[in-house]
Amino acid sequence: MYIIIIGGGKVGYYLAKALLNEGHEILVVEKDADRSEFICNELGSVCTRGDGCEVATLAEVGTGRADMLIAVTGDDEDNLVACQVAKHKFNVPRTIARTSNPKNETIFKKLGIDVTVSSTNIILEYIEKEVPTHPLTHLLNIRDKDLEIVEVKIPPESPTVGKRIKELPLPKGSVLSLIIRSQHKPIVPNANTILQAGDQIIAATTPESEDALRTAVTGF
Amino acid sequence: MKVLIMGCERVGARLAGLLDIEGHDVTILDTDAYSFRRLPSDFNGTALVGNGIDEEALKKAGIEKADVFVALTQGDNRNIMAAQIAKHIFNVPRVVCRTYDPLRQELYTSLGIEAFSPTTIFAQMLKERIEK
Repeated sequence: MYIIIIGGGKVGYYLAKALLNEGHEILVVEKDADRSEFICNELGSVCTRGDGCEVATLAEVGTGRADMLIAVTGDDEDNLVACQVAKHKFNVPRTIARTSNPKNETIFKKLGIDVTVSSTNIILEYIEKEVPTHPLTHLLNIRDKDLEIVEVKIPPESPTVGKRIKELPLPKGSVLSLIIRSQHKPIVPNANTILQAGDQIIAATTPESEDALRTAVTGF
Repeated sequence: MKVLIMGCERVGARLAGLLDIEGHDVTILDTDAYSFRRLPSDFNGTALVGNGIDEEALKKAGIEKADVFVALTQGDNRNIMAAQIAKHIFNVPRVVCRTYDPLRQELYTSLGIEAFSPTTIFAQMLKERIEK
């Protein structure tokens, strides 16, 4: 595949390195002359100096035949424009943008970017998993369906311990799909399953009702 | 008319002043409060510190009730992004955006954003003056 990467910072550099190892044809577009030279010295002649948001630059590097364009500069607005230019001017089939501001993920989606990766959100998710007191952890995002798979832990002091699932005020669109209990096999819960302290519940929910789901299941 | 201007550089400040004199309800947004020194001393509108590509800042500036949104920062991409947020997320009836790069101006005009390129306009004007 021919993949164009906009931005030769740390993310761009390591991304190029990884994709080159997988055998793809890679071109990095980087504004800064020194940085561009550094990448060429390290990875071979795979970097062009230029502004990846400019139509002229993208024409020069043959964006018309690119299979994918990935914009990973540190500025959200530059990543948005690079992807839009690639999409509308050069019909690049797949564009991926990095965003620093997590709020821009939904904005970019509305503005037609195929895939948005929020580096801030990813870091937050990983840290959440390492903080044991955090009752809700994100496991997976199903982007095109606006759904997420989360894990909710039931703390021993939770008022919902001993309650049946049908008694929980679950928000609309949230489904409890699996309960993992220590020392036992995972169980598929039904309306009469009784919650126990330490249960790990795997649930599907929408980003909006995430807080309501946590409150319903843990009681706080 | 309620007008929201993003970017209080020379053009932004001047436009704000002109619209204010005409009696329009003007709000001007800039990331740097020091830029507001460019506003006329008798400016009656609102000057707010905030980033125009941030949804929350735009809401605080009253974008939901704005009739016109004008993006006039120094960054083409920032203007383009803000203009698209105003148009597609907040449904502002009229959105105008400055892009110095003529090629980006063409592209975004074709995508339905009312974009102006001072580069094209000024070069054309100078050419006509010189040839006169």
